Amino acid sequence: MQLAVWTYEGPPHVGAMRIATAMQGVHYVLHAPQGDTYADLLFTMIERREKRPPVTWTTFQARDLGGDTAELFMEAARDAYARFQPEAMLVGASCTAELIQDDPGGLAKTLGLPVPVVPLELPAYQRKENWGAAETFYRLVRAFAGPAQTRAPRDPARAPRCNILGPTALGFRHRDDVAEVTKLLTGMGIEVVVTAPMGATPTDLTHLRDADFNVVLYPEIAQVAAEYLKRQLGQPYTRIVPIGVGATRDFMAEVAAFAGLPVPLTDGGDALRLPWYARSVDSNYLTGKRIFIFGDATHAIAAARIAQEELGFAVVGLGTYSREFGREIRAAAEKYGCEALISDDYLEVEERIAALQPELVLGTQMERHIAKKLGVPCAVISAPVHVQDFPARYAPQMGFEGANVIFDTWVHPLMMGLEEHLLGMFREDFEFRDGVAPSHLGHGAQAEPPAAPIAVGPASWVHEAEAELRKIPFFVRGKARRNTERFAEERGIALITLETLYDAKAHFSR
Amino acid sequence: MTHPGAPREPEGMAPGAGGCADTPVLRERGQREVFCGLTGIIWLHRKIQDAFFLVVGSRTCAHLLQSAAGVMIFAEPRFATAIIEERDLAGLADANEELDRVVTRLIQRRPDIRMLFLVGSCPSEVIKLDLSRAAQRLSQRFSPDVRVLNYSGSGIETTFTEGEDACLAALVPEMPAEPGTARSLLVVGALAEVVEDQFIRLFAALGVGPVRFLPSRRASELPAVGDGTRFLLAQPFLAGTARALEARGARHIPAPFPLGEEGTTAWLRAAVEVWGIGEERFAQATAQGRERARAALANHRATLDGKSIFFFPDSQLEVPLARFLSRELGMRPLEIGTPYLHRQHLAHELALLPAAAKLVEGQHVDRQLDRCREARPDMTVCGLGLANPLEAEGLTTKWSIELVFSPIQGYDQAGDLAGLFARPLVRRGKLKV
Ligand code: SF4
Ligand code: SF4
Repeated sequence: MQLAVWTYEGPPHVGAMRIATAMQGVHYVLHAPQGDTYADLLFTMIERREKRPPVTWTTFQARDLGGDTAELFMEAARDAYARFQPEAMLVGASCTAELIQDDPGGLAKTLGLPVPVVPLELPAYQRKENWGAAETFYRLVRAFAGPAQTRAPRDPARAPRCNILGPTALGFRHRDDVAEVTKLLTGMGIEVVVTAPMGATPTDLTHLRDADFNVVLYPEIAQVAAEYLKRQLGQPYTRIVPIGVGATRDFMAEVAAFAGLPVPLTDGGDALRLPWYARSVDSNYLTGKRIFIFGDATHAIAAARIAQEELGFAVVGLGTYSREFGREIRAAAEKYGCEALISDDYLEVEERIAALQPELVLGTQMERHIAKKLGVPCAVISAPVHVQDFPARYAPQMGFEGANVIFDTWVHPLMMGLEEHLLGMFREDFEFRDGVAPSHLGHGAQAEPPAAPIAVGPASWVHEAEAELRKIPFFVRGKARRNTERFAEERGIALITLETLYDAKAHFSR
Repeated sequence: MTHPGAPREPEGMAPGAGGCADTPVLRERGQREVFCGLTGIIWLHRKIQDAFFLVVGSRTCAHLLQSAAGVMIFAEPRFATAIIEERDLAGLADANEELDRVVTRLIQRRPDIRMLFLVGSCPSEVIKLDLSRAAQRLSQRFSPDVRVLNYSGSGIETTFTEGEDACLAALVPEMPAEPGTARSLLVVGALAEVVEDQFIRLFAALGVGPVRFLPSRRASELPAVGDGTRFLLAQPFLAGTARALEARGARHIPAPFPLGEEGTTAWLRAAVEVWGIGEERFAQATAQGRERARAALANHRATLDGKSIFFFPDSQLEVPLARFLSRELGMRPLEIGTPYLHRQHLAHELALLPAAAKLVEGQHVDRQLDRCREARPDMTVCGLGLANPLEAEGLTTKWSIELVFSPIQGYDQAGDLAGLFARPLVRRGKLKV
C-alpha cells in the first residue's frame, strides 16, 4: 500500500481514455463502477472539450456483483455500438472490474460486433496513466498498421513523408505542439501522412505504413508504438524532442538525416527571439539562478537543457514521476551536476524543494502548490494539467515558437533586473516587506511568506545575525541561510554571528 | 408519514394535496454519470476540523478525489488514499499489516488528528478487506489520542452525497448518550458555518433549544443523543443517519428542506411545533428573515420566471430544488432526475411539486440526454462531465456540484441560491460573441 495525498498520474484506463478521446471513430467500453465516470470531467472541464469522451461505462453496483456483471458488460457494449456506430471499439476494465475478472475482451468477442474490437489489459494495481496511454496506442497501432514490410529506399522524385506520433487529449500543450512541429516539418519539405492519436481514425492508422519515418513527440506515449513500427514496417523514429532552441536544431538535423535531406538552416529566423532575449543585458540577472525541475521525463529533461544552456540558470535539482524513464533522468541530472529525484510521492518532492531552496521551480501543478507554500516563484512545464494549461492563445512548447513561449513563461514569475537590485539596496523600505511579489504581477499574485526554513545543520544563529538575515530580500534569503549554515558547518562553527554571515557572503560571492 | 409522535403537518403542506406525491416515478437502469460517495470527503474534511479521511482504495479513488476537488487544492488536505498495490492483492504483503503501517505513518505526520476515518472503496469491498475490524484494531492501538472509525464511500454502494450519509451514520454510535428525556434539537447534515450560525440565532429567537449539529466542527466534540433528541434533517440524503439516530432514541421531525423562504419557514415551523411555541413568537422571530429572503428572491424572479428546467440525477437535492424553483421563482421543472428517491423524507417536498414535472429515479444517461435534447430546457442542471458538451449544443447549464459546495440553506442564502440559477441565464444574455 502506498500513501498518496496527490497523484501525478491517474490510473491506466485514464491513459486509454486520452487515446480514445483524441481519436475519431473509436469508442471505449469500460467495465467500471459509477464513481469512475468522474474521469469524463477531466476532458470536458479541464480541457473544455465540447463533446463527452467516447466512453461507455457499465457502472455496475454492489447488487450486480452477486448476479451477472458479465451480462451487464455485454449489454453496454451492444448498446454502445448501436448508438455510436464507431469504426473500432476498445474494451477493458478499471481497477474494480479487474478484480471481478469478467474478461471484457473475451465477452466482446462473443458479441460478434461488425467492427474490430481491441481488448485492453491495463493492470491497474501496477501501472499508471502514461503507461495505459502508451499501451492503448500500441494496441491500436498493432491492430491497424497492417502486415510486416521491408522498406524500400525512397524514390527521390517524391517528397519524404513522416507520421507524427504521441499527441493525446489532455496533454500538456499537445494541440499547439502538433501545429508547430507540422509547420516545421512542412517547411523542411516533409509531408506529414498521419498524426496520431490526435485527430486520427482507425482507417488513418492503416496509412501509417506510407511514411518513411516517425516523429515521436512524447516518448512516454508513443515510444512503444514507434518501436513496433520500426520492427514491423522498418520505419526509424526520432529520439530528440524539439523543446528548446538547441533541441529543435538537433531535431531538425535528425529529421533531415531520416528524410535524406541536407541539414537545413536552423537559425529560426527573425521569429526566434529566445537567443537574443537571453543575450540582452536585461537578462543578466538570470545568471546562475538556482532552478528545481520536476515533471514528466520528456519535459523535465528538455527544461534542464534550456535552463542551463539557453537561459544561464543553474539546475540544482531534476526529477520525474515517470519511473519508466528513470535512467534518462539520472543521466541528465549527472550532466547538469545535480541529484536526480525519481518519485511519485508528492511529499518527497515537497521535502526536496524545501531542502534545496531554489529561486525558481519548474514543475507541474503540484509543484506550483508547493512553490506557493514556500514562497518560491514557479512556472508549469508538464502534465498533470489544470484548466490554466489550456490557454486560449497559441502557446506551444516545441519548435522555435515554443522556445519563445518558454522564455516568457519562465522569466515572468521572477523579479525583473533593476527591481531586484532596488529591493537589495532599499530593503528596509516598508513597502519592500516580505512576500512582496514582482510589481508586474499585481496584488493578486502576492506570494505567501515563505515557510519557516527547515532546520539544517547543527549551527544556531545569534539574534543579531538572524535579524540581519531577515533584511535580505526573501527570495534570496533561503540561499543566504543555506550558504551560511554550510559555511559554518564546514568550519565547525556552532554559533553563527554577524561575522560568520558576512564571512560566508564573501566566501560564496564569486 | 405515520411516524409516531410526528407533529401535525405544517399548514398547506400536506402531502397528497394535489401535488405529485403519488405520481408515478420512472425508474431507469443504465449508465450512471454520477460521483461515488468518496466525493463527500471534499467538504467533510473541511467541516470536521480534527478528522482525517483515509480512503483505502486504488489510484482511481485518489484521482477522483483530486479531480473533484479541482482547483481547491489545499496545501495539506486532511485526506489521503492508501493505494492498494499488486503486492497486497497477490498476498505478498498482508493488507492489514500494510494498512497499519500506512496509518501509523499518517498519525505520526499529523499529530493534530483526533479522529481517523478509514473509508472503504470498491476495490477494498470487492477484496473484502474488513475495515471495521481494522478500525477497531487501530482504535485500540492509538487510544486515547485517536479514534478510528470506518464507513463506505464506494461507488458500488454509494452515490455522491450518500458518502456523507455513511460518514454521519458512522459517527452516531460515537455520540455521547444524553441521560434523561429533556428535549434537545439536533440539526443533521453538513452545513456551511455561516448557515449554522444563522440557524443558531434563529432557534434562539424562537425559543427552540438546546440546538446541536451533526457533524460538529470537531469530531472530539460530538453532540449528545438520547430519547429527548428531536432531529431535523438539513439535507435530503441522510436516510442511514436518520435510522441510526432513531436507533439511539432520537425522533425525526418531518419537514421540507430549508431551501428558499418557504422551505426554511416550513422547516423552522416543524421544530417550533414540537416545542409548542406560539404562532406569534414564530411570526416575530422569522419576519425579518422572510422579508429579506423575499426581497432577495424578487431580484431574480424576472430572470427565472416561466423558464423550464431539467435535472440530471446527482445529489438528491433535485426534488427540494425543483420545489423551490417552481414555487418561489416560477420555473417549470420538466424532468427531475434523482439518483435515489427517499419517499418518506421527501413526502412534504413531493406534495409541493407541480403535477407536470416528471420524476426519474436512477439513470440511463444516453436516454436521458436524448430526452433533454428533445425538451430543450432553458436550464439543465447536471454534473461536470455533461455541462460543457450541453453548453456546446446551445443549452444553458448549472453545475450541480456547486449546489453542494455552496451555502444555500436558510433565509439569507435564498437569494444566493436563486442567483446560482440566474447567473448562467444572465450571462448567456450578456455575451455577444
Ligand atoms: S467508484 Fe469505486 S473505484 Fe471508482 S473512485 Fe469511487 S470508490 Fe474508487
Ligand atoms: S516595475 Fe516593471 S519596469 Fe519597473 S523594475 Fe519592476 S518589472 Fe521592471
